[in-house]
Amino acid sequence: MRRAAPILATAALFLLPLAFMDARTYVTLTVAGLAMGMLIFLVAAGLTLIFGLMDVLNFAHGAVFSWGAYVGFSVALLLNQRWGWAAAPSVPLNVLLLAASILAAMVVAVGLGILLERVIVRPVYGRHMFQILITLGATIVIEELIRMIWGPNDQVMPVPLTFQGSWDVADVIVLRFPVVAIVLGVLVYLGITLLLTRTRVGLIVRAGVENGEMIQVLGHNIYRYFTRVFAAGSALAALGGVMWAMFSQSVRPAMGGEQLIFAFIVVIIGGLGSVTGSLLGALIVGLSYNYVAFLVPKAAIGINMAIMVLILLLRPTGLFGAGK
Amino acid sequence: MPPEPPPAAPALLEVEDLHTYIGQHHILQGVSLRARRDAVTVILGRNGAGKTTTMRTIVGLLRPRAGAIRFEGRPIHGLPPYEIVRLGIGFVPEGQGIFATLTVDENLRVAMLDENPESRDRLPRIFALFPALERFRQARAGTLSGGQKQMLSIARAFVNPNRLLLIDEPSKGLAPIIVEHLVAALQEMKSQVTVLLVEQNFAMASALGDDFYLLDDGRTVHHGRMVDLVHDHALKKRYLGV
Repeated sequence: MRRAAPILATAALFLLPLAFMDARTYVTLTVAGLAMGMLIFLVAAGLTLIFGLMDVLNFAHGAVFSWGAYVGFSVALLLNQRWGWAAAPSVPLNVLLLAASILAAMVVAVGLGILLERVIVRPVYGRHMFQILITLGATIVIEELIRMIWGPNDQVMPVPLTFQGSWDVADVIVLRFPVVAIVLGVLVYLGITLLLTRTRVGLIVRAGVENGEMIQVLGHNIYRYFTRVFAAGSALAALGGVMWAMFSQSVRPAMGGEQLIFAFIVVIIGGLGSVTGSLLGALIVGLSYNYVAFLVPKAAIGINMAIMVLILLLRPTGLFGAGK
Repeated sequence: MPPEPPPAAPALLEVEDLHTYIGQHHILQGVSLRARRDAVTVILGRNGAGKTTTMRTIVGLLRPRAGAIRFEGRPIHGLPPYEIVRLGIGFVPEGQGIFATLTVDENLRVAMLDENPESRDRLPRIFALFPALERFRQARAGTLSGGQKQMLSIARAFVNPNRLLLIDEPSKGLAPIIVEHLVAALQEMKSQVTVLLVEQNFAMASALGDDFYLLDDGRTVHHGRMVDLVHDHALKKRYLGV
């Protein structure tokens, strides 16, 4: 019951903007906000586990997101130019294009994640200042690689026909791709939750998030689990990258950096190490951003900082923080 | 229980002239001890004498700068903690170290190692020792009382067929009646496992201990049979203040 309280309070609060706009606008903004929240969640979920398990501040997470977006972009472009899978009015081909882009991005991100963890992060365990410096340094290198390979300019991401446009539900315009993003986000959340609660690896990771030292003296090689978590987190960031590229219909070398700011806010709001907290935090950030951007455009980013400060004042460990 | 073991009985654990630093601080400056098989060896000493640091060094959480630790004759200093405990050592840390967000059952399961298929069969024995754990098996460990948390922590170290248990200050912060219960449970476990115990509560230490080692300022300053210490008021007063 106590755990449901923040969710109920938040839900009530988000009916408030309804007083300042008509219902149709509200629904449109809500769908956009939920979609944005789910995409941020994909980035934040990896970040929160990486921080929760090993206290590692990984600022290179955003660069992995960008790489995922670009790899997905290349695959989508190739499939569309060769066989026209994006332009084809065929749901299976369109879905296949999305799936292939995501798969390729995740595979590359897993490799990149393992490389980052082994080479960059492992030597600086337990030293936050070094972690910030070296992962920021790695970000610059990884982003420059993107500029070398794909060029420095924005490019247009092919969006499969099925996901373009909108559905008209009872006179309310509902954009299609955001709905896809929401569904995918829910599936990923359920997948992570099942993995964490129903498998032995998940059990060890949850215990490790709470007390990493204790998990070692129970006979578990925490570094091995951490590499896996790092790789999985990187794959989620890449998934977020592909989805964000389709959502915004473009790719840019620096796109990861902007998402990373949101993701860090979300991780802090939700409580370090909590996946459920990250989901809730991401939805709060996504929704507030969209409502406020409509009502008071200039305050759109500031509102998220304000929410973070407010939540930290009320609950210093975040909504679901283990309080370590 | 025979009063004296055969003198040649090999020690299960041998610690030789251990030196450990925490940061710049030279905490252990020559700790030596031997834990006889099937006996309870108690480490005594004032706060800050290096008792917990000794435990944490043995289990690999701290790396000794000098000295040797041998388990069953094999050097283990320098191995990572997860390899050391897999040799057959259970660790009950100071402050219990239980996972509060996990259930009692999950706390026990996370401790069961794959290479010990008999771990699961040990559960009935553990629940016979600590019936409360069976009753609250599905409860979050964070909701247990202090005594129950301590029992869970000990049970977790006992769930694998370990040959040595390291138990750091199990009575800390517990009510006397709970301590009595704990002593009874440990008495029963004594017959199945060798124990190295850090304990400030002298009544508990003397009830359980066969041998003792006295630490002061990071050094072993005295050791012997517990029965002798109980009557040596001068020594107790000098190093323990009791």
